[in-house]
Amino acid sequence: MAEVTAAVRGACQEYVWIAAMWVRSALAYPWSFWILVVGSALITLLDFVGLGLMFHTIPHLGGFGLREVALLYGASGIGIGVADLVIGSVEQVGLHVRTGTLDAMLTRPVPLLVQVCADRFAVRRLGRISQALVVFAYGAGSVDWTLAKVGLALVMVVSACLIFFSFFVAFSCIQFWTVDSTEFANAFTYGGNTMTQYPMTIFPREVLKGLTFLIPVAFVNWYPCLFLLGRPDPFGLPGWFAFVSPVVAGLTLTVAGLAWTSGVRHYTSTGS
Amino acid sequence: MLYAAVAVRSFRRFSTYRTATLAGVFTNSVFGVIYSYAYLALWHQRPDAGGYDATDAVTYVWLGQALLMTIALWGGGTTDDLAERIRTGDVAIDLYRPVGLIGWYLAGDLGRAVYHVLARGVLPTILGLVLFDIALPASPLAGAWFVVSLALAVVTSFAIRFLVACTAFWLLDQSGMRMLSGVLAIFLSGMTLPLVIFPEPLRSIALALPWASYLQTPADIWLGHRHGAGILAGLALQVLWAAVLMAVCRAVLAAATRKVVVQGG
Repeated sequence: MAEVTAAVRGACQEYVWIAAMWVRSALAYPWSFWILVVGSALITLLDFVGLGLMFHTIPHLGGFGLREVALLYGASGIGIGVADLVIGSVEQVGLHVRTGTLDAMLTRPVPLLVQVCADRFAVRRLGRISQALVVFAYGAGSVDWTLAKVGLALVMVVSACLIFFSFFVAFSCIQFWTVDSTEFANAFTYGGNTMTQYPMTIFPREVLKGLTFLIPVAFVNWYPCLFLLGRPDPFGLPGWFAFVSPVVAGLTLTVAGLAWTSGVRHYTSTGS
Repeated sequence: MLYAAVAVRSFRRFSTYRTATLAGVFTNSVFGVIYSYAYLALWHQRPDAGGYDATDAVTYVWLGQALLMTIALWGGGTTDDLAERIRTGDVAIDLYRPVGLIGWYLAGDLGRAVYHVLARGVLPTILGLVLFDIALPASPLAGAWFVVSLALAVVTSFAIRFLVACTAFWLLDQSGMRMLSGVLAIFLSGMTLPLVIFPEPLRSIALALPWASYLQTPADIWLGHRHGAGILAGLALQVLWAAVLMAVCRAVLAAATRKVVVQGG
């Protein structure tokens, strides 16, 4: 056990070193760096403004008011924001395969996943997280908070990060087989995020089932938020779904881990 | 016909990445489905929001997903090559070619746009037809005007991206400006939400800006919300913005070549 903890601590340390190096490198073009930070905050801000403008036309969407939608939006946004900051660069694994940089990484004494994820670490992604936090705080006004609900909210946010974590890794692994399919993963990561920004009631029942049992993105925020808002499940699915997000996160992490190891095992260098 | 040759080669260059194209079509379609349901929920409550009906709204979604790459909403296209060549200093070679630099890159970008219409535009449109029964052009004439309008959209988008790339002459790296420009384009083109349902005065302002050219104007022609004089007025505004922005491109490039020392001396 002590060895495992030491290995994890080592990996984190190495991650921080590589990330810090990329931050220094980004600061070599200070103008671009700061404009990117502002731009990234703006992009998410305008995204929520778009949602707000929808509510300018209608009082509620799929039976949910603006504050309730903000709660969903914020929870999902924090989840993908953190996952994207820490691990989002895994999307570029196909580029590493194509250009051969993955070979160089394989020879270094740092876990491959750590290197790929820390590559091109971008502080600007904090912009998305801070926006999501603000929106979540605004949405929190629609909840009658109790201690249990605060606990569930924390569990929800952590699970959301982990589920998006697994999506980033699992769907990027496809690139070990087809190098130039980066965008395919976006359908599940950013697509999953976009889906969960809206109340699931706007989708037909079959879509919701797919998002629950197939691509379990509904556990990112939908089921826990129903409990936080004190709403019965509009689709008649069991109420205890609100509490299983961590289990789902564990499952998706396992799948992602398996996908990653089999992807790396499958990998043959472009040079051979 | 040098520019045609440049365009053809650019078309071929972008057509090499087949899996990437398929992956892109898949992703656009997923987003098409999500936004379709969101808009259906909205138009279910307000069946005449922005003068659109539910079919118009869903058609608008799929047109947006189909044109996303053609109008290079997120940036990209040949202007990214230019920015990189400015950063490395290779732009010096472009500048002493006996061909206009703007024309060279514009031709390349038009070749790219034609490829993206065919490869990234047709399939999502068909999927939209199958899944959501979207509307086809109101008439063959509307279809023809749509193509003209789309061509103007690409030129306008090129000019804006070219100006963004030119900031690299001063800032060395375009990525910050590229992102800012993308943010504005996504919001003000009507990709986030159709400009027609923006509240006034935001609506009128957005409709008068060059980004309306990207999606809102072509879509309104497709949907038959503009006809006769309305089409001509829309196209005239597009031509005006394209001409003004191309003139600015010329001026900026002239200023850059006069004042800036290219990297590498």
